[in-house]
Amino acid sequence: MTQYFLSLPHDSAEEPTMESMQEMDPAALQEIFAAVDGFNTKLKNDGAWVFAGGLHPPSAATTVDATGDTPILTDGPFVEAKEYLGGFWIIEAPDLDAALEYAKLGSKALQSRIEVRPLQEERPQDES
Amino acid sequence: MSTPAAPAAHAAIEQIFREEYGRVIASLVRRFGDIDVAEEAAGEALVVALERWPVDGTPPNPGGWLTTTAGRRALDRLRREQRRDAKHQAAQMIHDDTPHESTGPVEDDRLRLVFTCCHPALSPEARVALTLRLLGGLTVAEVAQAFLVPETTMAQRITRAKAKIRDARIPYRVPAETDLTDRLSAVLAVLFLIFNEGYLASGGDEPLRDELTGEAIRLTRALHTQLPRAVEVTGLLALMLLIEARRATRVSRGELVPLDEQDRGRWDRALIAEGHALVRACLAANRPGRYQLLAAVNAVHTDAPTAADTDWSQIATLYDQLAAIDPSPIVALNRAVAVAELDGPKVALALVDRLPLTTYHAWHATRADLLRRLGRSDEARAAYDAAIAATENDAERGYLGRRRDQLGP
Repeated sequence: MTQYFLSLPHDSAEEPTMESMQEMDPAALQEIFAAVDGFNTKLKNDGAWVFAGGLHPPSAATTVDATGDTPILTDGPFVEAKEYLGGFWIIEAPDLDAALEYAKLGSKALQSRIEVRPLQEERPQDES
Repeated sequence: MSTPAAPAAHAAIEQIFREEYGRVIASLVRRFGDIDVAEEAAGEALVVALERWPVDGTPPNPGGWLTTTAGRRALDRLRREQRRDAKHQAAQMIHDDTPHESTGPVEDDRLRLVFTCCHPALSPEARVALTLRLLGGLTVAEVAQAFLVPETTMAQRITRAKAKIRDARIPYRVPAETDLTDRLSAVLAVLFLIFNEGYLASGGDEPLRDELTGEAIRLTRALHTQLPRAVEVTGLLALMLLIEARRATRVSRGELVPLDEQDRGRWDRALIAEGHALVRACLAANRPGRYQLLAAVNAVHTDAPTAADTDWSQIATLYDQLAAIDPSPIVALNRAVAVAELDGPKVALALVDRLPLTTYHAWHATRADLLRRLGRSDEARAAYDAAIAATENDAERGYLGRRRDQLGP
């Protein structure tokens, strides 16, 4: 089994963001929530669910840089981009085809594009 | 390892190696679950073959011999690594739970690998490169040369694609029945692209690249053997054979020869017969698709004893059917060529002028020909110039230049 990171790019111009979703018709919003719930339930029933979360927008981000002598805190994301990460799932699937099938369901449920990336395999533990 | 006396023997062995490469690699990939392991082991098997075959003689089943030898080498290597890194070894060997077989299932292995190489998660360029490298047995340098990119670029492209297959776990598997049609169309697109690049090179010194058309036909034939009921595969094979049948007559003195000027007596009758039989099989299946319809168009051309005997109304009908499936301007351009024969160049030119293909050499060449037939020499001359500027193929430039120079005032 391989773990895959399914991420939701949020493009403030076109895709729903946390802010823009506040302004949505509550009925339409409810429909999306129901679809995402259904997707999450399927992941859990299939044993594919590992973890998932929705993120607050980048305006809520603080960037920490402790690579130098004194840690520096910056208000905002590490990269100012038109698109940003809005939410994610970590799922477990036997191969990419299976992961892509889940991504199709998630994309449909959330009405957003989804990027699928494999997580690096765990390094083998040292013997005894 | 090479001795001066043996270059001919070595060339023969390398030829066999190349022909068997796809089968050998596919079998090793299934067994060891890793493309790099498979490629290294196959390379080692070639070294052994170059040493042994000139002495012991070529084995009766060279492909099986190469697969077995490469399999032993891969196992040896993995055992050596096992002593260093037991865990790593265990991970590698998880895939080695299927018995080693050397005949029937080998073809299935190739089919699996085709679907891996042409996976939609890979870029179209990567699909073509991997297919030629892993299934066609072309070297990275040859693949690079075929697509006119520097060898380092091609090497990176192939390495990146192999890493993605490994890291993202793109499976070695023939897709389930429900996905087969979609996934197969990606495979057929890759094979047709390889064929087309050989049939009319987009640039370089060689107008035709026999090794690419030959490779595409070989892989399509293998696919057809595996999936005899997939009619689009049948259609693509028929299409390739009917085009290939005219190869000897397509270039003369460095110039491309158009269909109506080709010496039909030199067309390959055996390939035409085979292509026609495949087209008949498609018609019987009655599930028309893009490649079947293009094959049918070529069947009509190869059926006509002379260019004047061509059944253009049937060709126009076939293009109408094709346009219904694939409403692309290129299909419309080809349909217009048939319309010119049926309704005259004026009607056809009106159709052609509407198409958004101003960067496409064939659009300019078609316009040039229609304008020439209408006696509009100045416009035809400009269109020939535009067509010449839009192609990198010297043989095509030669033909277009001659036509332009033959124009009246």
